[in-house]
Amino acid sequence: MTGVGHNSGESAIEQRHVVTVSLPTALVRLFPGSPNQVQIEARNVLEVVDGLEQRWPGMRDRLTDSRPSIRKHLNIFVGGDKARLDTPVTAGTRVTILTAMSGG
Amino acid sequence: MTKRVLILVGTKKGAFILDGDAARQSWQLRGPFCEAWPLNHVIADAATRTIYATGGNEWFGPAVWKSEDLGETWTHSSEGLKYPESEEPIKTGWSLSPGKDCIYAGVEPAGLFRSDDGGVTWAHVEGLRNHPTRPNWTPGGGGLNLHTIMRHPGDGDQLWVGISAVGVFHTSDGGKTWAPRNGGIRNNYMPEGEQLAEVGHCVHSIAMAAGNPSRLYQQNHCGMYRSNDGGQSWTQIENGLPSTFGFPCASHPRDENTFYLIPLNGDILGRYMPEAKAAVYRSRDGGETWEDLRDGLPQEQAFFGVLRQAMATDDLDSVGLYFGTSSGSVFASADEGANWQEVAKHLPTITSVETLVVG
Repeated sequence: MTGVGHNSGESAIEQRHVVTVSLPTALVRLFPGSPNQVQIEARNVLEVVDGLEQRWPGMRDRLTDSRPSIRKHLNIFVGGDKARLDTPVTAGTRVTILTAMSGG
Repeated sequence: MTKRVLILVGTKKGAFILDGDAARQSWQLRGPFCEAWPLNHVIADAATRTIYATGGNEWFGPAVWKSEDLGETWTHSSEGLKYPESEEPIKTGWSLSPGKDCIYAGVEPAGLFRSDDGGVTWAHVEGLRNHPTRPNWTPGGGGLNLHTIMRHPGDGDQLWVGISAVGVFHTSDGGKTWAPRNGGIRNNYMPEGEQLAEVGHCVHSIAMAAGNPSRLYQQNHCGMYRSNDGGQSWTQIENGLPSTFGFPCASHPRDENTFYLIPLNGDILGRYMPEAKAAVYRSRDGGETWEDLRDGLPQEQAFFGVLRQAMATDDLDSVGLYFGTSSGSVFASADEGANWQEVAKHLPTITSVETLVVG
């Protein structure tokens, strides 16, 4: 079994590397039925995106471009830190997807 | 059944639809649709009565939107609408056209995509970007975009595209190979002796003459042109126009010699209506002579422009003519441009106008 810090006292959620992901309203509106908050099993941000794509086909293209990278005017935070696609996530971490402030 | 006319309006903040009856005197506005995304083109595939819209959102990237119920509900997709990882990602969709059993989409950076399943998935038409001139492709002021797609009415393998600031390309094998079609087009922004290059031309729009696929019309950054050989050679047709600069052109649906354009006051003076008085110019003789059509259009303080995809006709009798402005107005004529009325105003900047006749 991979992962860190697992012991018999940890919850099943932590053992499955489940993270809580917050989605911005502008994204949720594009995918009817998607919630503002969802739990995804993932070990890094790329797997978070994969998990979202699995539940709502097409969401990957909204979050990442073809390089592939997180889209320029989106930010994904792991805990309080700005992340990249290869940024690891640990069980129980909060992953927050935010649209950048923009106008016009 | 009584016919309805839909004016499909693309804007910087979503799609709008104007519903009119066959008399085209009364219009009802619906929208905004597509989550108020910036859109460059909204079209209808008349064969399936499906509406498509394309553009790009700064947060979420490019997509093609689709409505199969005349705008009531919409879906979106960009599956397959991407370049290889090593290339600059697609920023936005720019143009759409039905093809033979397919839909085409033009994008920025310039490239062409094709969907064989009604816009659900997309495949790159790689032949265009494999053209040996591609290293010399440079963007115009609006970016390096493929903004015009024009199909041959009887031959599904033939297609013309317009790319700024590169020029016109033509394929006769369904997109596998392409040839520039810019003979005789001049580029005033190049030194003397280099103005007639194979590529490097800021085509603004092209239109096909009704019933004559060899006859093309082109509004270029540097003039107005006609071709009688599918774009292999072009002739200037600017005598009688107030300027050589404008964006859209639209063909009459039944008369090959009649087409319309909207000259602006030039490319360095704000790109407004000449003398701030709005007019559409019509030629009935393939561009040899011109008449201005301005009854019902604003004749003072018309400091707006009309973008390249923002003029269209319908195919009723008499022909309806429509255009949308950078200031958010839609003007309509039900009598081939003789009389106009403002049928919508205060919309966001209008990027495209197309029509769909139903019923």
